[in-house]
Amino acid sequence: MTYSAFSLLREALRNHTGWKPAWRSPKPRAEYDVIIIGGGGHGLATAYYLAKNHNVGRIAVLEKGWLGGGNTGRNTTVIRSNYFYPESVALYELSMKLYEGLSRDLNYNVMFSQRGMLILAHSQPEMEIAARTVNAMRLNGVDADLLGPEDVRKRAPVLNFRDDARYPIHGAVFQGRAGTGRHDAVAWGYARGADQRGVDIIQNCEVLDVIVEGGVCKGVETSKGTIRAGRIGAAVAGHSSALAQMAGVSLPIQSYALQAFVSEPLKPVIDTVAFSPSAGTYFSQSDKGGLVIGGGLDRVPSYGQRGNLPMQEAVLSGLIEMAPAVAKVKLLRHWAGIVDVTPDSSPVIGPSGVDGLFLNCGWGTGGFKAIPAGGYLFAHLLATGTHHAISRPFDLDRFRSGYLVDEGAASGIAH
Amino acid sequence: MQQFPCPFCGLRNEQEFHFAGEAGKIRPDTTRKVSAADWADYLYTQKNTMGEVREVWMHSPCAEIFILRRDSVSMAVLGVEQLRKNKP
Ligand SMILES: Cc1cc2nc3c(=O)[nH]c(=O)nc-3n(C[C@H](O)[C@H](O)[C@H](O)COP(=O)(O)OP(=O)(O)OC[C@H]3O[C@@H](n4cnc5c(N)ncnc54)[C@H](O)[C@@H]3O)c2cc1C
Ligand SMILES: [Zn+2]
Repeated sequence: MTYSAFSLLREALRNHTGWKPAWRSPKPRAEYDVIIIGGGGHGLATAYYLAKNHNVGRIAVLEKGWLGGGNTGRNTTVIRSNYFYPESVALYELSMKLYEGLSRDLNYNVMFSQRGMLILAHSQPEMEIAARTVNAMRLNGVDADLLGPEDVRKRAPVLNFRDDARYPIHGAVFQGRAGTGRHDAVAWGYARGADQRGVDIIQNCEVLDVIVEGGVCKGVETSKGTIRAGRIGAAVAGHSSALAQMAGVSLPIQSYALQAFVSEPLKPVIDTVAFSPSAGTYFSQSDKGGLVIGGGLDRVPSYGQRGNLPMQEAVLSGLIEMAPAVAKVKLLRHWAGIVDVTPDSSPVIGPSGVDGLFLNCGWGTGGFKAIPAGGYLFAHLLATGTHHAISRPFDLDRFRSGYLVDEGAASGIAH
Repeated sequence: MQQFPCPFCGLRNEQEFHFAGEAGKIRPDTTRKVSAADWADYLYTQKNTMGEVREVWMHSPCAEIFILRRDSVSMAVLGVEQLRKNKP
């Protein structure tokens, strides 16, 4: 079924009785050509681009819970490509371009809203670094503007321009094409597109073990039985170490909880994304009116998928410093996802070290923006067995060669 | 707020503690040639276990460094091991 203004009107007239499920729920076959483990955005996008751009035969996505129930459905949905190194910019800018055409490509509204993003600078030295960031972005061909305090005030008057501000606003790095999207819609849109192209999406199917025969990965043991495959791609985010361990591989990854918060709905107060590295907080406002608030990682490695108080206090103190006017707004929900952090804050795309098993992980705190590119590049890798030029720098071998893409340090992103 | 046990101070709020790293990693012997793979393993590879973990922690106010055993899913503390050698 194609979604359109016409189908919406037709269904409105017949009381929405004609909508069909957006994807099937098939029983798993005994064997596939390619299996993707993890039904988050990266896994589903991989399946979609595999089916759309490559000819690899039968494909399945195995998800232990429900689609998007991992970090894809838990993130604060900021999409941007304001990175520093050319390798990262190539990756995240590919993603941005795919996002720009995604609703049309998928015939599914992912609500990508290019409302821009401000990274605030709170001192003269920070303004100098901001200028350097803007220059680097422009040299890499990405849109960026250095804003002074008046420009920032025009874009986001709710921010703290008081004389007694702990972090006075000197200006900001602004990326106008950045913005937010609807996280569930990204997962569901890719799932629907993959399903339409014949991919079997199997939910409630947990991978319990990886079958390795003669040093080659041949399939998986799951809660729904044994499934064999020619090639296997894992996109399981915070659980990547546990999964790789099943094949005897150790990864340069540490799992942490990352928390987010959403407030009660209020009238529009901000129509862009604002991030203060000094306050350690960023926020935007959803179409429903809730403030969507995020901050840094918990400082303790964790697989506990839930929020806690110390970080809540840190992030919300930051919010009140950034926008004192929202101090009395009540929180509606508070949660955490388990994110997969690498030493250089860049992702891992590449072979795992065991033949037949490939990895898409290490996106840490910033992989929602990368879902289209991650899927596109991982599909290329799974179909051809070799890297696309854009994913090559993100191979695991960088930790041996020392060619790290150290974005955490370079672009001043805490996460 | 969770409390962690410092072997020197006793139970203190979690914010006072600093996670330093997985316990039991041994730095390569630099008097000999160390391969890139061994360096990478030491510097970057993590066990990142889901479940019981054994880690090096520091209690920042008193600077005590010790081993904490905990459950990385439930966050429950399972035990502490003192690293400091007491005066004989
Ligand atoms: C609070 C928070 C805020 C964030 N904010 C942003 C942001 O603003 N912008 C941004 O770009 N990124 C953000 N991120 C990061 C982003 O959410 C992730 O990088 C991204 O969603 C990762 O997608 P994924 O498909 O790799 O992982 P996930 O969506 O986590 O999917 C992995 C899936 O694998 C499944 N799985 C795990 N183990 C198994 C198994 N053994 N068998 C079968 N299935 C398994 C899980 O159930 C899960 O559904 C944020 C993350 C969090 C937690
Ligand atoms: Zn102490």
